[in-house]
Amino acid sequence: MSEAPSDTTASTQATVAPPTAQRAGGLLSTGAGRNLGLVLALVVLCIVGVATSGDTFATGPNVLTILRAAATIGVVSIGMTFVITGGGIDLSVGAMVALSSVWATTLATQQLATDYHWIFMVSTALLVGGACGLVNGLLIAYGKIVPFIATLAMLAAARGLAEIISDRRTQIVNNRSFVDLFGGSLIGVPTLVWIFVLVAAAGWVVLNRTTFGRRTFAVGGNTEAARLAGIKVQRHTVALYVLAGLCCGIAAVMLMARTTTGSSTHGQLYELDAIAAVVIGGTLLSGGRGTIVGTVFGVLIFTTLNNVFTLNNLSFSAQSVAKGVIIVIAVLLQQRLARRTTSS
Amino acid sequence: MTPSTPPAPAGRESGAVLTESALLTMTGIVKEFPGVRALDGVDLDVRAGEVHCLLGQNGAGKSTLIRVLTGAHQPDAGTIRINGDEVQLNTPTAAIQRGIAAIYQELDLVPGLSVAENIFLGHEPARFGFSRRHEAAARAREILRGLGHGEIPVRREVGSLPAAGQQVVSMARALSRDARLIVMDEPSAVLDPEEVANLFRVIRGLTAQGVAVVYISHRLEEIREIGDRVTVLKDGATVATGLDARETPTKELIRLMTGRSIEYVFPPRAEILTTAPVVLEVTDLSRPGEFAGISFSVRAGEILGFAGLVGSGRSEVLETVYGARKPATGSVRVDGTALRPGWVQSAVKAGVGLAPEERKSQALLLDEAVYKNITVSSMQRFASGGFLNNHAERAAAVQLAESLDVRPPGVDQPVRNLSGGNQQKVVLARWLLRDCRVLLLDEPTRGVDVGARSEIYALVRKLAASGVAIVLVSSEVEEVLGLADRVVVLREGRAVHTGPAQEIDEHQVLDLVMEGSSV
Repeated sequence: MSEAPSDTTASTQATVAPPTAQRAGGLLSTGAGRNLGLVLALVVLCIVGVATSGDTFATGPNVLTILRAAATIGVVSIGMTFVITGGGIDLSVGAMVALSSVWATTLATQQLATDYHWIFMVSTALLVGGACGLVNGLLIAYGKIVPFIATLAMLAAARGLAEIISDRRTQIVNNRSFVDLFGGSLIGVPTLVWIFVLVAAAGWVVLNRTTFGRRTFAVGGNTEAARLAGIKVQRHTVALYVLAGLCCGIAAVMLMARTTTGSSTHGQLYELDAIAAVVIGGTLLSGGRGTIVGTVFGVLIFTTLNNVFTLNNLSFSAQSVAKGVIIVIAVLLQQRLARRTTSS
Repeated sequence: MTPSTPPAPAGRESGAVLTESALLTMTGIVKEFPGVRALDGVDLDVRAGEVHCLLGQNGAGKSTLIRVLTGAHQPDAGTIRINGDEVQLNTPTAAIQRGIAAIYQELDLVPGLSVAENIFLGHEPARFGFSRRHEAAARAREILRGLGHGEIPVRREVGSLPAAGQQVVSMARALSRDARLIVMDEPSAVLDPEEVANLFRVIRGLTAQGVAVVYISHRLEEIREIGDRVTVLKDGATVATGLDARETPTKELIRLMTGRSIEYVFPPRAEILTTAPVVLEVTDLSRPGEFAGISFSVRAGEILGFAGLVGSGRSEVLETVYGARKPATGSVRVDGTALRPGWVQSAVKAGVGLAPEERKSQALLLDEAVYKNITVSSMQRFASGGFLNNHAERAAAVQLAESLDVRPPGVDQPVRNLSGGNQQKVVLARWLLRDCRVLLLDEPTRGVDVGARSEIYALVRKLAASGVAIVLVSSEVEEVLGLADRVVVLREGRAVHTGPAQEIDEHQVLDLVMEGSSV
């Protein structure tokens, strides 16, 4: 972004103009500008997709495939955006998805769901995810364990517990109404995608329009200043990890619907994909700056990349290499941007 | 980096000053920071083999001068000569190569590494990239023995040593570099008298070998004992140089340090009614190692000032009142209600606000917009059901920013873009918005340029006039005396004087804080 100087002039001029004009100016010069690069990257990817396999890439069903794939990891990434903006990191998201999916598909839970309502499966998944997040948060905020280690421990423990509960067997979802509802679609768009849209929209509102969001930026940007300003930093940290856990519970429900299974192998490497999507989206790993829109783009870029590679019969390994390169480029760009804002 | 044998101070046998020629000459050094001219024409000449003392009040520019000398800051004007050759000290490495080493107030050791590793950090004895640990250990032992501290185990982790031991390691590091000039920034601050005596023995050993020492201390009696010549800094400029450290009268030194060239305008005091209610009452507050038995009360509309040196416990008292530190004994009451000790939220709820010393790291969210920084402590007011009303929030912030004349105007720019004075206004605006009962100000004008200072002073006075009880901490005595109604003088964690600000002057305060040196 080369608008750094124009940015300041815009805001000084805007003080004479009515506040609405100022806000529009601010939005144009910061928010959209920051996301422009991401849009551009996505457009380039789509052009490559159309050029290499236009007949299959640019079709309705394929677009829905991309969106469906993006939905699950997308929900996880929204939760991750909150944690990282608040100055933390959560390595246990994949394991929490696995444990939630397994717990929600045990015979007992499924029996409950068959007898009464599928809501029991959903609430089990959410409860398990939220509880794991609560443990993470308590360990980090009150046990003073660094987030990296606390969630690394949760990563190992949650997946282990999932293996114990499931006896390492894949558990089939046999509740028809559950599969029909979450596996189905609404106005031609898969329910999963709707869920992602809802979670992302809610995430944007919470991060940008509520006291909770504002406190998240404060805690992540300068913990000491937040504490001295009277913000309950510890309680807020716990809430952030619970939120990430809840998002994992939602993702588990989505994954159960998509694969009609619950398994201890679900959500492998979700932590890496989510962190990568959040970071290339423009959220600072050091905390204090976060963007939901950026994260959504990050997720879309990665899933589209996967799709283009798959359509062209390129291996999974080649995809991984490409992902690695993208992450490095994104972070380098981000650093340059950060340096420019600091020097101005 | 040529590893060479460090000069082992062997004693005092080699006689006094070796040469009278100048080892270091700094002329007309100027250093500007945005909004502040930290150094404004400093001259300093140091001879080989002498202990040259640097004297000046807080903010006189001593620390900045040292950073220029050690290559951490680049001067905007002026020349530095070493042995007559003009040099550019562009990096700390360049300074080290010229034989300049520094021992800082805050020790810059790596706590997780061993004593020997710390001493040779950056120039480890090595062959083909493999560190020669035995050689390092042996040489470290040799240097430590030379310093009279052969008992410090060289393989011990530095973090587990007491403060005095760390100081010795820090000095050993300077010696390992074969330094010709060692800057010591308040080296005695963390030492007890016995260790200070040992420090002086080491310094004498060094100077006997022709090493020059630039010694900074607020304790005049030390300067008398160890110093050869004195240079006095005031407001970033040299006011006197080459004074005899033993003969120059104390009165003269204090006169040189005070007597400011810039006169600040302090707003007139208001009449404090003795019937005004006591808002803040602090009783017998103590924290071991920091301060003890601190009691004071502040009435509505009154400004109470704390004067004292760095390390006298000023800021610690303030942070304890605020609940950011937990007191060992004592209580804090606001409007008669006791606060929960060590609990910031309890203080904030009772209407206490803090403008902390380290504005950038403790108060501001630098990359966030001005208005968000103003409203961060009173978000609830602009929220319903957790949702923020951005319009109301901005409107309130705009109104405050305009009334405080925050420049450049515009509440959407990140706070980072503002100058120090305007950043401080943002912090004050935060607490204004909350309708505080008590405002704690820690160094409210640090890093604030001269023009903006009087604005801050006027603002503080206006706040008091509106009925807020204010506690002010400042290392600038003049500021405390000019702004406060009553003054508490702290020395080493204890209140040595409490009384009306008009009945004491700057010299008396300096005498009190440097007590023991005035006779």
